[in-house]
Order: sequence, then structure tokens, then C-alpha cells
Amino acid sequence: MKWDWQVFLQDTGGGQTYLEWLMSAWGWTLSVALCALVVALLVGSLMGILRTVPNKWLVLLGNSWTELFRNIPLLVQIFLWYHVIPSIFLALRGVPSFMLVVFALGFFTSARIAEQVKAGIQTLPKGQRYAGLAVGLTLPQTYRYVLLPMAFRIVIPPLTSESMNIIKNSSVAFAVSIAELTMFAMQAQEETSRGIEIYLAVTGLYFISAFAINRIALFIENRVQVPGMIGGGK
Amino acid sequence: MTALDFSFFNWNVVSGFVIKGFFFSIQLTLIAMIGGIALGTVLALMRLSGKPWLVMPAAAYVNTLRSIPLVMVILWFFLLIPLLIGRPMGAELSAVITFTVFEAAYYSEIMRAGIQSVPKGQVYAGYAVGMTYAQCMQLVVLPQAFRNMLPVLLTQTIILFQDTSLVYAIGAYDLLKGFEVAGKNFNRPVETYLVAAVVYFVICFSLSMLVRRLQQKIQIIR
Repeated sequence: MKWDWQVFLQDTGGGQTYLEWLMSAWGWTLSVALCALVVALLVGSLMGILRTVPNKWLVLLGNSWTELFRNIPLLVQIFLWYHVIPSIFLALRGVPSFMLVVFALGFFTSARIAEQVKAGIQTLPKGQRYAGLAVGLTLPQTYRYVLLPMAFRIVIPPLTSESMNIIKNSSVAFAVSIAELTMFAMQAQEETSRGIEIYLAVTGLYFISAFAINRIALFIENRVQVPGMIGGGK
Repeated sequence: MTALDFSFFNWNVVSGFVIKGFFFSIQLTLIAMIGGIALGTVLALMRLSGKPWLVMPAAAYVNTLRSIPLVMVILWFFLLIPLLIGRPMGAELSAVITFTVFEAAYYSEIMRAGIQSVPKGQVYAGYAVGMTYAQCMQLVVLPQAFRNMLPVLLTQTIILFQDTSLVYAIGAYDLLKGFEVAGKNFNRPVETYLVAAVVYFVICFSLSMLVRRLQQKIQIIR
């Protein structure tokens, strides 16, 4: 077979080239993934912390949250947000599908992040918690000044791989017609019949995005290192 | 809030639309699990062999597949297999091949950790009593690696079962598709998606509870 990369310069029929469409699709992928990452980090950290506090109701809430969002496939969760929730809660009818997908992907990932954050807090010696409480800090202060600064540094590597997963998982948004990379791949392949070129370009952009996240996370990890700790160096 | 109406949902709906998809999802999960663990073990042994001409292709295979979204892998195979064999292939068969190849990359990382968890002294002991490499792997290392990694392998299989819903991208008829078709037929998509979510949740949650118990059992024996 022969390569035909000029397909990207063809007009899509809508006044733009396939290359321009590809770039805007990449933008959608990154926006979905990054917005969902913010949701996932906030909610996941909160739920992870709740699973370690000395109150069985809050622990139960955190545990149920994690089990609920971990045991339903992402695609099904996206359908729930897109089809089911707006028809049960009519007030949510007008919410754009972009937001719905961001919440679906964000909550799905929050369950995994809660798991990591909980593990991070539990790897700290119990004495640190007691020491914090013993010097008169309240429980929230103990978390804020003693436990979380160390726990978050410990969980940076697993959070990095979750951030790369979220780029990959954002591809599931094709199912509710978000104009992201996978949607582009399917439609452009059908319109141009140059599937291999289209898929190669899309796969390459996924590679680049995940790699960029990996580098940014490594940069953050190096910046926040605690000297003397494992991997703390210098 | 609109009222939900589940009254249409009876045994005929289940046997007419859902069962077929359910069996395909289970079939896909089991084949991809067995094939994926077999292929993954071979890949793990290649990566641990220390011979560059075996390590490099295995590492490239695993790292490439692990950095591409599964949906794209499904689309790639659906596009490439017909080009390679010269005739069209059904979405279901294509999905089975894709998942086996894709999951092998993930299972191989688990098996690699499992093999590395067996102390080196046992390998030397095997060689010392005159075993060949193959005997040593087959009789000493791999049984322990499987046993140590059993909970992780099963957890990966639960994830695999959830991921089978992504065959939606090529229109294969799986559990989710079964519910979707039923929902379209009775014009009750909201209810059927809800039931689908409950069914997936019940299956995955109970399986992960079983894995947790198994994990505790194995821990005690060790």
C-alpha cells in the first residue's frame, strides 16, 4: 500500500482541513482530560482522607464512594451521566455534554485516587498522627500540617500514572459525541478511507500527551522532594 | 423528576436481548484472560531472560500497548486484521483477538513482578540439583509466581471484564449492547442503562470481594 499523508490537507467539507480538525480534537482530548483530572484530584483526595479519619460514618462514605465508582465500567458511567441523570434531574437538562463527561471521568478516576491517597496516609507511621494531636493540633490541623504534606509526596508516582491513564480514558468520551481524538479517528477514517494515516496521527498525539504529563509530574516530583527521604537525594 | 418505569423488564427481555450479550462478554473475558496470561508469561520470561534480542521486542510490545488507549487498539485491530488477511472479519472475533493481545501486555507486567518475587536462591537450587532452565521455571518458579500474583491477576481480570464494554466502538454485541438494544426497542433507554450499571456493579463488586477473601487466605498460609 502507499502512504497518502496529503489526506490531512484535504477539506473536510466544513471549511477546514483534516489537520485543523485533528488539532481541535487534540484540544478537546486535553481539555476533557485536564478538567477531569482537577475533579478527580479534589474529590479523590477528599474521599481518600475521609477513609482514614477516626469516624466510622465518614470511613463508610469514603469506602462506598470508592467501591461504587470502581466497579462500574467507565463507558457505562458516561452513559449514566449523559442519558440517565439529566432525565431524572430535569434541572440538569441544559448542562453541556462536555461537563457531563468531565464529571463522569473525574468521579471514575477519583475512586482510584482515593485508593492511592488512603494508602499514602496509611504508610505514614501512626506516631506522626499521635504526635500532631499530642502537641495540641486539632485533627484537621494534624492532616494539614503533619500528615498530608508527606502523604501527597509519597503518592506522586501513582498519581502520575493515574494522570496518564486519564488521557487514555478520555478516549471513551467518543461514545457521547465529544469531538475528541478517538471520535475524530472514527469519523475521519470513514470519510477519507485513509485509516492508517489517521490512526497513526491520533495514536502519536496520545503518546505525546501522556509523555508530556509524565515529564510535568517528574518535574513536580523533583521540586517538592524532601531531602533525606527515599528518592529525596542531595 | 420523571418517573422511572421498569414494568417492561421481564424474563423475555432478558432472554431476548441481554443473555446473548452477557455470554459474549463472559466468553471474551475468559478467552482474553487465559490467552493473555499465557502470552503475558512468555513476554515476562523474555523480558527477564537478559538476552537483548528477547528483552527488546518484549519491552517494546508491552510499553507500546500500555501507552495507547484501549479504544484506539480496538479500532486499530478492526482496521488492520482485514487488511492483513484480505477479507473482512466480524467485530466479535476481532474483539477476542484484540483483547488477548492487549491484555497480555498488562498480565506480563504482573507475571514479571511475580517471577521477581521468587527468591533467586530457589533458581540456583534448581540448577544445582541438575534442572534445566525450562524445568526450573516450570517446576519451581512459575507455580510460586502464579500463586503470589493470583489476587492481582484476578483483579486485572475484573478490570478486563469492565473494559469489554468498550467493544461498543466497533459495534460488537456484548452485555452493554444487549441492554442498549433492549432500551431502544422498548423506548426505555434510561431504565435499561440503570439496570446495566447495577448488573455490572453487582458482578464486579462481588468478584472483588471474593478476591479480597482469597488474598487474606493466601496471606495466612504464607
